[in-house]
Amino acid sequence: MENTENKNDKQKMLRAEHVLRQEFTVPNLIVVNRAGDETTIDAREGVSVMEAIRDNGFDELLALCGGCCSCATCHVFVDEAWTGAVGAASGDEDDLLDSSDHRGDRSRLSCQIMMTAALDGLRVAIAPED
Amino acid sequence: MDRADIVIVGAGHGGAQCAIALRQNGFAGSIMVVGREPEYPYERPPLSKDYFAREKAFERLLIRPPAFWAEKDVNFLLGTEVTAVDPAGKQLTLSGGRSLGYGKLIWATGGDPRRLTCEGADLAGVHAVRTRADCDALMAEIDAGKREIVVIGGGYIGLEAAAVLSKMGLKVTLLEALPRVLARVAGEELSAFYQQVHRDHGVDLRLDARVDCLEGADGQVTAVRLADGERIPAQAVIVGIGIIPAVEPLIRAGAKGANGVDVDAGCRTSLPDIYAIGDCAAFACDFAGGQVMRVESVQNANDMATCVAKAICGDERPYHAFPWFWSNQYDLKLQTAGINAGFDQTVMRGTPADGAFSIVYLRDGKVIALDCVNSVKDYVQGRKLVEGGIRPDISKLSDTEMALKELVEA
Repeated sequence: MENTENKNDKQKMLRAEHVLRQEFTVPNLIVVNRAGDETTIDAREGVSVMEAIRDNGFDELLALCGGCCSCATCHVFVDEAWTGAVGAASGDEDDLLDSSDHRGDRSRLSCQIMMTAALDGLRVAIAPED
Repeated sequence: MDRADIVIVGAGHGGAQCAIALRQNGFAGSIMVVGREPEYPYERPPLSKDYFAREKAFERLLIRPPAFWAEKDVNFLLGTEVTAVDPAGKQLTLSGGRSLGYGKLIWATGGDPRRLTCEGADLAGVHAVRTRADCDALMAEIDAGKREIVVIGGGYIGLEAAAVLSKMGLKVTLLEALPRVLARVAGEELSAFYQQVHRDHGVDLRLDARVDCLEGADGQVTAVRLADGERIPAQAVIVGIGIIPAVEPLIRAGAKGANGVDVDAGCRTSLPDIYAIGDCAAFACDFAGGQVMRVESVQNANDMATCVAKAICGDERPYHAFPWFWSNQYDLKLQTAGINAGFDQTVMRGTPADGAFSIVYLRDGKVIALDCVNSVKDYVQGRKLVEGGIRPDISKLSDTEMALKELVEA
């Protein structure tokens, strides 16, 4: 009887731990601000790079439309090593980026990049103000 | 703190951005933000869009997390209203009777939802959509099983709310008193398009529909009675009939203003050391031929805030920010560039029935604004036409094969 209970408890704990891991995986995100200073921050999985930047003390990203891909005020440059993993802008995002005077090959709207475990260590630089 | 070098009244988009921009531009004095709601500054547009649809939790709406404000030494008095302004003594009276002194005052209060004045307007179940509390109260009623919703007002708030509610499978009736929706802000083509879209999604959309009164039982709304006598059953009513600028204490203190508070090109009111920004500030708008107007948008609140913050930090320039706006309904992304006030001609690019098109507004042959539905390219390129004051060849303008950027260079 005791053994079964212990076993159940252990299973419960393992399950809880698994859930915790799933919910709280914290991929690192490296952000380079406009002054060129680099900071590593914890980005929760499932939030956008824009939200991670905004929620970690940076004041340079306006993100005026709140992440619905209607403006271009969360423009970042993705580090060269990461452009493949992150992918290119497409459709509306691509068109919106064209409104920036600073658009380059590695430009993305950070609200359109979702943080995942696969992007642990991603490095982005905040684009100059338009 | 009984005094702050800068007091910002209003903790919305404008107030928040002003505090951020002051610190960004090196302002080292004390900053106090007085906000009527209990929350730290949050994004308001999602209240009628993804927050309303429960696609986004409230925490994701915060413009910055509380820790950010602490780190930047921006102080908040939340749940607090300013009831009087003493411009000579540079003192505010706060709800509860406390006083707060200021060096410079930035009025960023936005507006209060315009309420119905008819009988039954105070019944339970009648809602505005302006604050998180408004939105939560409405959603709680829907969770409790309310299914018949009447939306009064066919502006952006009413239309966006109707879109969310009809997608949830609720029975939605939308009442517009004028002959078309969006009459105050858009041309007839856009109105006709959105009317059709909402009807296609099952919204019972009524135009020229004048509300006589709201009926209730036991203090709870049960129906909307129209002027023609028709009774529309309603378990909840959303009122989206515009805002009234929240400027009463300023006007009482002597600030000039008939519709909101008047500001000059530097966002200064007629009272010394008092600025006003955002929805409540009336200014001569460069993008509307100098017409004095209020612009109700995140863009305007944000850009006026930055303009004032820079001026206070010694970089004074007239307010001249390009106006833009967006609205999401169903799978349609509307983006507006410029202000169409006084347009005398419209040109359609594309076909509304295709669900992707743009309406170009012109005055005296010059492009002054565009409404772009699922046409981001036109929005981005069309902005250059407005900024450049371009007078394009109309036949080219309506030709979707021709990119708008080609007309900029021409």
